[in-house]
Amino acid sequence: MSKNVNVKNLNVYYSDFLAVEGVSMDIAARSVTAFIGPSGCGKSTLLRTLNRMHEVIPGAHVEGQVLIDGDDLYGPGVDPVTVRRQIGMVFQRANPFPTMSIKDNVLAGVRLNNKRISRSDAEALVEKSLRGANLWNEVKDRLDKPGQGLSGGQQQRLCIARAIAVEPQILLMDEPCSALDPISTLAVEDLINELKDTYTVVIVTHNMQQAARISDKTAFFNIAGTGKPGKLIEYANTTEIFNNPTVKATEDYVSGRFG
Amino acid sequence: MSAATAERTGSRNRLTSGQLPRYATLYTLAASIVVAAAIMGLMGFNWIGLAALSALIYLIAITVLSSVVENRRRATDRFIRGLVTVFFILALLPLISTLWTVVSKGIGVMSWSFISTSGGQSHIDPKTLELVTPQGALQAIVGTLEITGLATLFSVPIGLLTAIYLVEYAAPTFWLRRVVNFLVDVMTGIPSIVAGLFAFSLFTLLMGPKAFSGLSAAVALSVLMIPTVVRSSEEMLRLVPADLREAAYALGVTKFVTIVRIVIPTAIAGIATGITLAIARVIGETAPIFMAASFTDSFNANPFSGAMQTLPVMSYTGYKFPGQDIELSNNLAWGAALLLVIIVVILNLIARLVAMIFAPKTGR
Ligand SMILES: Nc1ncnc2c1ncn2[C@@H]1O[C@H](COP(=O)(O)OP(=O)(O)OP(=O)(O)O)[C@@H](O)[C@H]1O
Ligand SMILES: [Mg+2]
Repeated sequence: MSKNVNVKNLNVYYSDFLAVEGVSMDIAARSVTAFIGPSGCGKSTLLRTLNRMHEVIPGAHVEGQVLIDGDDLYGPGVDPVTVRRQIGMVFQRANPFPTMSIKDNVLAGVRLNNKRISRSDAEALVEKSLRGANLWNEVKDRLDKPGQGLSGGQQQRLCIARAIAVEPQILLMDEPCSALDPISTLAVEDLINELKDTYTVVIVTHNMQQAARISDKTAFFNIAGTGKPGKLIEYANTTEIFNNPTVKATEDYVSGRFG
Repeated sequence: MSAATAERTGSRNRLTSGQLPRYATLYTLAASIVVAAAIMGLMGFNWIGLAALSALIYLIAITVLSSVVENRRRATDRFIRGLVTVFFILALLPLISTLWTVVSKGIGVMSWSFISTSGGQSHIDPKTLELVTPQGALQAIVGTLEITGLATLFSVPIGLLTAIYLVEYAAPTFWLRRVVNFLVDVMTGIPSIVAGLFAFSLFTLLMGPKAFSGLSAAVALSVLMIPTVVRSSEEMLRLVPADLREAAYALGVTKFVTIVRIVIPTAIAGIATGITLAIARVIGETAPIFMAASFTDSFNANPFSGAMQTLPVMSYTGYKFPGQDIELSNNLAWGAALLLVIIVVILNLIARLVAMIFAPKTGR
């Protein structure tokens, strides 16, 4: 059920500001791909074009193609809602629904899409998703309590549980661990490792070790200066990016000599 | 340096500075009042003068005291604190005075029969052969509730949907959004009498002359209520973080469902409060109702035809067009005013309750 992604010559705009220019890359099914690069180089922006979340911002648009198993994501007649049901997303900031309990948060994707689900199936799904996000043991006694009563890191794992509960084929994660402690981070990394058996995972991270630990391929993005578009500098196997990158800028960045 | 980290004994803690005793504020205030009373005793006593003079003496005394004993920063702090309190009390005075007047004058006629019977035509009691005029406010209570109820029924859907359109659907630069915004602003500034005229002439055109009805008054009130509902709901919807909408979209939830199931529930406490306050605002309107629904002493619960009484109009007519017994009419007017205040207080309590019930829960 996992799908591959082909990005072809993609330009991403906010109104008339070109944020990301000329990106082409192939992301294989059942793999983990990491996006790294300095702040503001367009990692989040590019990630959000992969499930058409980008166009939620007024004036935002793209040029070029994104193919999901060969189908053009931006082709005429493509319904972004259908796309997003297959391509899930975890955001940098935890955003559980404040009016819902922990359990309802996990079931939100199913319930809000008007799918009928029996009580026992719902409970099984909640447990499975929360276990998947390594949160089950912490919340199993208070599933009916509000999701916002959790700590920041717990909320983020709740959001991950919510995203995997709808069983997307591709999972996009924008710095999912930036608010997590090392133990939760490890849990999420383990989770990503498991997920890649069934899903395609794309993750943005500022943590170089994390990229090295979990990803199969790494994409390094860079920006020439403020107001300039971000570009894909190098995209290769993770070991290659970290051990013998072909571009000087990549080497500087991964070795921390970025200035 | 080990001595420096241990607690210093013998000498004074170097972190302290001069400080007035704990209840200095109260002592100073009491002293100020005594001094003010003494001065008043020489000049002739009156309460307002006493309050003003005490406040003045207190402000000067506390500032001087504090700047002598403490430091300039604290003196300024105490002075500003005192000033703010004085102005707060000043702002509160008219409110308390109004409330006091309404309650003290209205409580006299307040009784179960005042609430539960309606006024009407005088008739001759067959037993005593005396002319009796029933006195009561039931027709006005029913009229007030029906007219404001109808106005709420019209304004809330229109206002809320407009707010949703403005916040969720219209792009910031879209012309229709600007037009709607402009119109809402204009509507906010409409004098209530104009709303009354509008409803009156509208219904005259539709139904012919003398088309007084509760419905017409409700339309007039809606004109006043809609902009308030739009603005308050808009504000509340804008407070809902964009993150939540994106989280829902990322789950493949449609925009409509996101609005209905995520955005509105998150904002509902604020929206409900805004609506209740809007109701409380129009429930006291007199002029537009007077024009559109006229006034009457007899009971009429049918909002679609005939004149209807409301509490504010009853209060107004009781004073302006008193019956044979002028004293009684005036008392009834105060009674109606008190009832209105009570209803508004109840509405505000409901608003708080609603906000409490709907507020997003954060408990563990
Ligand atoms: N909503 C927006 N409207 C206009 N410009 C935006 C918007 N969001 C981001 N940008 C711009 O797009 C560029 C890329 O931003 P983006 O958020 O994708 O960077 P990033 O690589 O994710 O950075 P970080 O590592 O700090 O998250 C930046 O120049 C940013 O100012
Ligand atoms: Mg980012």
